[in-house]
Amino acid sequence: MALTNEIVKSRLVEKFGEQLTGFEEPYGMLTFEAPKELNLKVLNFLYDDAALKFRFMTDLCGVHYPDNTGRELAVIYHLHNLTDNVRIRFKVFTDIQQPDVYTATGLFSAANWMERETYDFYGVNFVGHPKMKRILNVDEMDYFPLRKEFPLEDQTRIDKDDEMFGRG
Amino acid sequence: MSEQHIKLPEGSIEKTTTTLNLGPTHPATHGVMQNVLEMDGERIVSTEQTIGYIHRAFEKIAERRPLYQITTLTDRLNYCSSPLNNMGWHLTCEKLLGVKTPKRVDYLRVIIMELSRISDHLVCNSIVGVDAGAYTGFLYVMQYRELIYEIYEEVCGARLTTNMGRIGGFERNFNDIAFQKIEKFLKEYPRVLKEFENLFQRNRIFMDRTIGTGAISADRALNYGFTGPNLRAAGVDYDVRVHTPYSSYEDFDFNIPVGTTGDSYDRWLVREKEMWESLRIIEQAYQKVQEFKGTEADVFHADAPEYYLPEKADVYTKMEALIYHFKIVMGETEIPAGEVYHSIEASNGELGFYLISDGGRTPYRLHFRRPCFIYYQAFEELTKGGMLSDAIMTMSSLNLIAGELDA
Repeated sequence: MALTNEIVKSRLVEKFGEQLTGFEEPYGMLTFEAPKELNLKVLNFLYDDAALKFRFMTDLCGVHYPDNTGRELAVIYHLHNLTDNVRIRFKVFTDIQQPDVYTATGLFSAANWMERETYDFYGVNFVGHPKMKRILNVDEMDYFPLRKEFPLEDQTRIDKDDEMFGRG
Repeated sequence: MSEQHIKLPEGSIEKTTTTLNLGPTHPATHGVMQNVLEMDGERIVSTEQTIGYIHRAFEKIAERRPLYQITTLTDRLNYCSSPLNNMGWHLTCEKLLGVKTPKRVDYLRVIIMELSRISDHLVCNSIVGVDAGAYTGFLYVMQYRELIYEIYEEVCGARLTTNMGRIGGFERNFNDIAFQKIEKFLKEYPRVLKEFENLFQRNRIFMDRTIGTGAISADRALNYGFTGPNLRAAGVDYDVRVHTPYSSYEDFDFNIPVGTTGDSYDRWLVREKEMWESLRIIEQAYQKVQEFKGTEADVFHADAPEYYLPEKADVYTKMEALIYHFKIVMGETEIPAGEVYHSIEASNGELGFYLISDGGRTPYRLHFRRPCFIYYQAFEELTKGGMLSDAIMTMSSLNLIAGELDA
């Protein structure tokens, strides 16, 4: 029987109950949210479960939501079950004051640089990562440039009214 | 010289290995990236890759740009096959916006995408040759990459960073010269590819240099997130074109070549075979495009007025066209809120675009899943214990493109 989003969802709910929230299917991809302490348990379950077998990490990246107090930073995992060709996405949110999330490098070697990239740009600290340092930016940098408090253009410019052009 | 003038880092006298910097401007890195190698004689003990030399913060820039202006950023990811990235991006936008493209557009895209795959593989495979000391093949096939670039030129006016197409299709229909050049390519290229193959495939020196070097098992490759030819060389038949067809790839008949050992030679072979398959796809697509007659033969874009720039003549004469033109150029079109991941089979593997829109005029977040960035992590494992000269072959057979690595 082919694996469908419903089966994945029911397996997950069976295992983790109400700890997983926000089940959606935007553009056909099952998406849900997990508490950040559970991220490794969820990844492990998705990896090991005989029916699920999500053993390929497609992508890992961060997002910053400055208005979500207490859960400003998100880490987003895209996983792929190559045998049944099903993709899922799951998110963990973390506080920006102490952005500690467990590393997935023990499970996926691919996560190594992707986590370093996420750290580099968003400052998410992956606990247990073998080498948590910047990857694309210079080591001396003391801020995390993809956070939303760093607007792209020089904010001292007054000759342009940005309200009219895209994001103000 | 008295002893106090010699300042050596601590532990450097006891050290039994040599540190060697390979890159960032070494001719064999073919791009700006650095490998700090610890060498025991000619053997590599450990490798540390330093990347980011041409990081341009595309993901940040994209957060301030309307969708169509992001196409130019994607050009500069894998600049050996820019149209592939352009179309991957357009397909992502179309998925988000729900734009349905006509079949003719899909087929035209397939032609261009497969041409760019060929041009990319061509460069990679011939560069592997160059690194082994065989320059002839590289110079020879450049002529046909040039022909591919001329086709791009006819289609969009640019050659390297093409910025080709729009959301919904192409900016203009393919002209006769473009079709003639595609025909010329289809006619002449197989002979050249065969000759190129003869130069390398059973060449004793080339085989000795590549067989068994930089090998990776299928398991490790999957764990490292390998995709594309590098994964297929290890024996996993994962290809986005087949697994999740986009742009009507399901209408075409082609094979996915796979290797067995995952070494440099297999990677080379997989790329070589893929070029033949790409040729088959182009032939089929070309046939299909020729079958469109009458008004159908003039279709080159989808009906998406909010995102597709109108005809210039209409802008001057029609109210709606003028409004849409203004809104598109000024980036005043609101994108529907949503979250979409779309991936295509780029020449190096799965090129993914993860786009989060909050309903504003620009993406809230755009992340590129760059295949290069992900599989370059494995370089240490691939080269450990090997010779320096093999590491260079491994690097070029992985097809690392600095633009894609750093984004």
